[in-house]
Amino acid sequence: MGKKMLPEAALERLEKEYKDWQSEYRKALQKMPERLEKFSTVSDLEVKELYTPLDLQEKDFHEEIGFPGQFPFTRGVQPTMYRARLWTMRMFAGLGTAEDTNKRFHYLINHGETGLSTAFDFPTLMGYDTGSPLALGECGKCGVAIDTIEDMQKLFTGINLQEVTTSMTINPPASILWAMYIANAENEGFQRKNLGGTIQNDCLKEFIAQKTLMLPPDPSLRLVVDTVEFGAREVPRWNTISISGYHIREAGSTAAQELAFTVYDGITYVEESIKRGLKVDDFAGRLSFFWNSHIDFFEEIAKMRAARRLWARIMRDRFKAQNPRSMMMRFHTQTAGCSLTSQEPYNNIIRTTTEALAAILGGTQSLHTNSLDEVYMIPSEEAVLIALRTQQILGEECGVANVIDPLAGSYFVEALTNRMEEEAVQYIRKLDELGGMVAAIERDYPQMEIADAAYHYQEQVERGEKVIIGVNKFPSDRPELEFILQMDEGLEEGQIERVSRFKEKRDKVKLQKAMDNLRKRCEGPPSWENNVMPALIDAVRAGATEQECCDLYREVFGTYTDPGSF
Amino acid sequence: MDNARTLRILIAKPGLDGHDRGARVIARAFRDAGFEVIYTGCHQSPEQIVNTALQEDVDLIGLSILSGAHGYSFPRIMQLLEEHDARDISVIGGGIFPLGDIPKLKALGIREIFEPGAKLQDIISWVRSNIKPRQPMVA
Repeated sequence: MGKKMLPEAALERLEKEYKDWQSEYRKALQKMPERLEKFSTVSDLEVKELYTPLDLQEKDFHEEIGFPGQFPFTRGVQPTMYRARLWTMRMFAGLGTAEDTNKRFHYLINHGETGLSTAFDFPTLMGYDTGSPLALGECGKCGVAIDTIEDMQKLFTGINLQEVTTSMTINPPASILWAMYIANAENEGFQRKNLGGTIQNDCLKEFIAQKTLMLPPDPSLRLVVDTVEFGAREVPRWNTISISGYHIREAGSTAAQELAFTVYDGITYVEESIKRGLKVDDFAGRLSFFWNSHIDFFEEIAKMRAARRLWARIMRDRFKAQNPRSMMMRFHTQTAGCSLTSQEPYNNIIRTTTEALAAILGGTQSLHTNSLDEVYMIPSEEAVLIALRTQQILGEECGVANVIDPLAGSYFVEALTNRMEEEAVQYIRKLDELGGMVAAIERDYPQMEIADAAYHYQEQVERGEKVIIGVNKFPSDRPELEFILQMDEGLEEGQIERVSRFKEKRDKVKLQKAMDNLRKRCEGPPSWENNVMPALIDAVRAGATEQECCDLYREVFGTYTDPGSF
Repeated sequence: MDNARTLRILIAKPGLDGHDRGARVIARAFRDAGFEVIYTGCHQSPEQIVNTALQEDVDLIGLSILSGAHGYSFPRIMQLLEEHDARDISVIGGGIFPLGDIPKLKALGIREIFEPGAKLQDIISWVRSNIKPRQPMVA
């Protein structure tokens, strides 16, 4: 492939034949013109009518593509990929109380799910207990309410925490929920060194896109590094950050912006951890990533392949990592929530299937497939089963997982992969010039880039340049669904009562001692001696609620509110 | 005051919901349509929203919510407007709502609910034909 693969004579012949073909194509268009004025991806990246080896002529196979499990990992992080083991089927789940969610976990495992993923409700995500005045009306709505270690125990009842890996989508309060998870697992007889899982713990993308905001950027980064340091020393199988593009994309970014901002967030976490005194190869292998698989099939595959290559190069060249594991970008993928429509919701099955297939061909390590009713609310059991079955059918019936990186060598896919990497490299250069991600966030740079892209896309939809079936083409009304999850009306009150009973049983002296230790560590300079994790594990074991720990954080570190730019 | 005064609109996100894509898109569309727009960012309590609406002397509040917590925040906002004798500030909502909730929200006095798929141009036209600048409070 490319110059180094094609002899000069063959290249000349190809150039001539390509020009001949192009004039034929243009002639044919005079009879029947192209059906669109412009062909572009959902990110509005223009694509040509045909790709040939000419598009790859500057590129070298060994440097750009290579082999699975080998640098630059374009073709996948493991040598075996799905020949040995399919991706982890990890459905994001959380609803109502810990018991409700535990029931959903067992339902999914019983139907063949292979990893757990926890969705928390908004009060938990923002560091408030259910009874907080700021949390009114939110309990259990967009996920599960977890206030105490007792809730955590109920959440994972009957689940072998050394066999199954658990992902928790939690950000500013990630250290606290992780402490609850570790303390509970140890109470249940498991050892922390054997626990496998992921906390999202990606504070930077909160300022950029997801907006679960609590602390200012600097203390947020300090807490992230505390978890990275603690994980490297004590919980070696745990992914301490899931550096996430998903929410950046949902907020309206392009694929290249998702790639660039996320990779730059990753660069920032690596820099901060090195500043703490950690050696890059001691922690980088536990950094994981999280991509959105949007509706534009080839763009997503190209993005994921480019992401692996870009990260491998950054880790080798910018951070001088030695261990190949530090250069491997392992990632989870979720199909795009923002691509679903409330009109004709059954069409969402087709969208999710296409996006899941892109994630598989992009080489994901784990996958959540959205349910058709997820556009309205937490999915019903009926809909979530279709979503899980979608992954199983793709994995086991269609043959798409039988050959590693089957789209490698496609002139188009390789050219688009190169394009994705080039666009991301340009953004990375710009972010370097701005003085890094925190400085860029303070200048509203990534936020406004995303807002511009979101607005541009909306305008394209309104002009009919981007088609959404059932919405701007063949428009249709939203129907009543035949199945819909009903939530218990007394949910909030019940949870408030449970937490208040739990609080009464606590040993106040022990709790105060643990909280004092936590405060001392927070107030001290960042270091292993002041790492919050050991103190947090003691505190939540002594009964500290999530909000009590977060209030302490807020008191010591200050708070951050959304500047509300548009 | 003459009716040609530019409409002042507050776009607000009640509760802990961080899904702000729609709010920011509609804020920009309203601004581009010539309205004066105030957007206060995510995580506003009903009290904060109503205080901002009064201080900024807006004609319309557009609430954007995708968390399902509208059952608390929307009635509370309407109640607070009543308490401040400011029911002449119109309120509209956008986001995701169970179908059965929409008539209940309208019964509270929410003028219109815009669901996903609503066109920006349609929302702007609705505002132009239905919302007039409020009369000054002083007699």
